[in-house]
Amino acid sequence: MSTNATHESTTEQTRIEADPNVPTIRIIRDFDAPPDKVFRAWIDPELVAKWLGPKSTEMRIDEWDARTGGNYRYAAVQDGAEVATFYGSFHEVRPDERLVQTFTWEGMPDGVSLDTMVFEDLGDGRTRTVGLSVLDSFEARDGMMASGMDVGVYEGYEKLDALLANA
Amino acid sequence: MSEDRLSRVFAALADPTRRDIVARLSVGDATVGQLAAPYDVSIQAVSKHLKVLEDAGLVSRSHDAQRRPRHLEADVFDLMTAWIERYRRQAEERYRRLDAVLAAMDDDNPKIHHQKGAAS
Repeated sequence: MSTNATHESTTEQTRIEADPNVPTIRIIRDFDAPPDKVFRAWIDPELVAKWLGPKSTEMRIDEWDARTGGNYRYAAVQDGAEVATFYGSFHEVRPDERLVQTFTWEGMPDGVSLDTMVFEDLGDGRTRTVGLSVLDSFEARDGMMASGMDVGVYEGYEKLDALLANA
Repeated sequence: MSEDRLSRVFAALADPTRRDIVARLSVGDATVGQLAAPYDVSIQAVSKHLKVLEDAGLVSRSHDAQRRPRHLEADVFDLMTAWIERYRRQAEERYRRLDAVLAAMDDDNPKIHHQKGAAS
């Protein structure tokens, strides 16, 4: 319950900034949960598997050692078949504040992005997450933004609907 | 831009050759032959790519009957905006799943809310 009149509707909106001068993507989103909770949903593999993977696919986590210097590897699985595999390291895991990871899609093994996620306490049990991905070229940045294009953004909302229905 | 138009634009831009064609047309109009020159593909293949771009409303043919140069209808800023919007929607979908996970965590993991104490 909040008396803060500046709160907007419960439907949050993600903001994206793709810098025209450097190959980065910034993603900003507010959540109705405190930083420790949001952070946990980001590093607990059971929770991560429920939301991170692309819709209409299952996320199969093969390795997940969420501590500074640890590593991870996961696959997107559709109808029993791997459609994409990703891996990287946890460069820094600073509880409730900051998560720095490397990220590689095995389909483009020479490409790697450095992803920094900052969890800002907005008070009132709310958190703003600011994610910055730094890629090594504009081609890689634009390729990342184009990824999943063939999956189709307007198809298969079933998974999302189901999760929202249970919320 | 309508959703249908947007999906056609996204589909059209999903191909790296078509993205390259768009980038080159952003510099100036060009004929099919000029567009095909740098690629190791046939004129017909480039024509097919152009057809997809035309159907998406991104490229038009000018009235010069002899050369029929292609013209980029949208400026690159518009395309980038559309592209980013699509990426944003995907991120928003992902984060809405996270909203649901966060909402469910209260029920799934009561032990972490030990500060609630012995109430009820």
